[in-house]
Amino acid sequence: MAELFTLPVLVGILYSGIRLATPYLFAAIGETFAQRSGVLNLGVEGIMLMGAFSGFYVGMKTGSPWLGLLAAAVVGILMGLLMSFISITMQAEQGISGIGLHLFGLGLSSLLFKTTMGGVESIEGFKAVRIPLLADIPYVGESLFNHNLLVYAAFLLVPLSTWVLNKTTLGLKIRAVGQNPQAADTLGVNVTRVRYFCVCLGGMLAGIAGASLSIALINLFQENMTNGMGFIAVALVYFGGWRPLGVMGGALLFSFVNAFQLWIQVKGINIPSDFAIMMPYVLTILALAFATKRAQGPAALSKPYERGEN
Amino acid sequence: MKRVLNKVFEALLPLLAVPVAFLIGAMMLLALGANPLEAYGAMIAGAFGDVSGLTQTLVKATPLLLVGLGVCIAFRGGVINIGGEGQIIVGALAATAVAVGFKEWPGLVLLPLCMLAGVLAGAMWGGVPGILKARLGVNEILSTVMMNAIAVQLSNYLLRGPMIDPKEIEAGTRIAQSALLPRSVWLARLVPQTLLHSGAIIAVVLAVVVFIFLWRTTIGYRIRAVGLNRDAAKYAGINVPFYQALSLILGGAFAGLAGAIEVMGVQHRMMENLASGYGFSGIVAALFGSLHPLGSIPASVLFGGLLVGADKMQRAVQVPSALIDTLLGLVVLLVVGSQVISRRRAHRRETRG
Repeated sequence: MAELFTLPVLVGILYSGIRLATPYLFAAIGETFAQRSGVLNLGVEGIMLMGAFSGFYVGMKTGSPWLGLLAAAVVGILMGLLMSFISITMQAEQGISGIGLHLFGLGLSSLLFKTTMGGVESIEGFKAVRIPLLADIPYVGESLFNHNLLVYAAFLLVPLSTWVLNKTTLGLKIRAVGQNPQAADTLGVNVTRVRYFCVCLGGMLAGIAGASLSIALINLFQENMTNGMGFIAVALVYFGGWRPLGVMGGALLFSFVNAFQLWIQVKGINIPSDFAIMMPYVLTILALAFATKRAQGPAALSKPYERGEN
Repeated sequence: MKRVLNKVFEALLPLLAVPVAFLIGAMMLLALGANPLEAYGAMIAGAFGDVSGLTQTLVKATPLLLVGLGVCIAFRGGVINIGGEGQIIVGALAATAVAVGFKEWPGLVLLPLCMLAGVLAGAMWGGVPGILKARLGVNEILSTVMMNAIAVQLSNYLLRGPMIDPKEIEAGTRIAQSALLPRSVWLARLVPQTLLHSGAIIAVVLAVVVFIFLWRTTIGYRIRAVGLNRDAAKYAGINVPFYQALSLILGGAFAGLAGAIEVMGVQHRMMENLASGYGFSGIVAALFGSLHPLGSIPASVLFGGLLVGADKMQRAVQVPSALIDTLLGLVVLLVVGSQVISRRRAHRRETRG
């Protein structure tokens, strides 16, 4: 174990931990908006896969990762619209409609991948942007300030979404709709519209989360490449107590354990790699067990709203 | 008379989801440059057209039905079990370990013991989310998904390490699979030269048992009461967390049995990807069967047929079988999306008196 606690390894863990947090942050902050408005979107995983594919495909065909990112965002919004229609307008049981959306995204992204590309290819993707001066800080500088733009964007999203949720009229409406839709409705807030907006925003961010894998972090697309990340992102929202800052804490904890796990494998330490890969999932269950009693979720979470019911 | 017609209409409503999903599928096929009629023709002929296709369909329907029964119980108890995939894996691992470990034992003892091992392992895998839900209120959807990922890694470890077939090490190929199960625990073949095994009968019998359990026993009644209205059940003195945990444990037990039966009836050894999505497709089958154990029987055969037909379609018109996964997702969305229509009709009837 001692060889894990050398300076280069710790700096390496810091670097990959920050990187790995990116897709979780995008997806989980998007899901935070959906859940704060009262909609549990379990289909994040499927949206991420569609975002990863469309981002990669458009990025590959046009040679521009920016257009790929745009495509992923648009596809994410479309998937969000589908989820909104089924869950909000048709008032479906949200746990199941999310699983349906996941299966749909998983199947469609594989189908499109097989019919358009077939084999695994890689692209250039977003390149690292070194922030001058800050990146020169000894030891931690390179780990914190030499990443691609999406990594910075994911972390900037945290204060931004905290501000939107807590300090703006829109945020107030979102929280009201998630807490007490009847009261919000009587005060003239359009419950349906606010929920559609939040689920589509969550969809867009999930699409970008997928693209952050395929055009910024790994730079290739594989079938089912998210491998459970979307579900973990949903768990992070619970863990973070429905607050962006808490979600970031969870995402970092999770990605650092993951980075640590990767280094265990790199260093060939005598733990079977299967157990190392298992660690983050066990951690998620433990985290949920400790977080659930503590935090109170939005009161109307996963309850469809119908006028005149009460 | 009108009441009967209303009930019939509402029971048939989910059935509309399949033609609608297939219509969307036809548009996708056209977009991919394939002839939808030819593709669907190949699919139906492949799944139901001859003895070989039909038996393959029933072989796939068996785990779907078993998982689906577990999903029915969980849903009726108001909890959602997404952990079928992991429960199948640990059930299959446990059955394999017992069969290979005690291979000299007589089949009469060993065979039920293997099934029991599968049931217990699955129940344990469903029990962790169940107890976490009951004690700490942990969202069972998320914990069952995590348990799936843990089961996959556990299986990878065991099949490459302690449980690997010694012959694979001798031959140096090191394929991650267990030793062959002793013949004494192989399930009898129902039709010679095919894979159809007696597990299919077990599944159908269990569907009837689950129906009786849920609608004719006190425990079943309480599970349904908890699922229908948690607060009312609580005021009626029912221990809600206990029955929620029990529904998840039973759900896991059925999926674990599905894993054991898949190993003992079809593969005769544990291997990677044994669960192959049955955990998720089983949910679709159960939903489509209106979460009724008996309705799940035809639903499982239908979706078993879709899985078999998807492979045949892939070969006939070169459209990836992932199309069927996409359609399964659409079926789920359409079924849950259309439930509001029956709810609203029922509501209107009540208010009109």
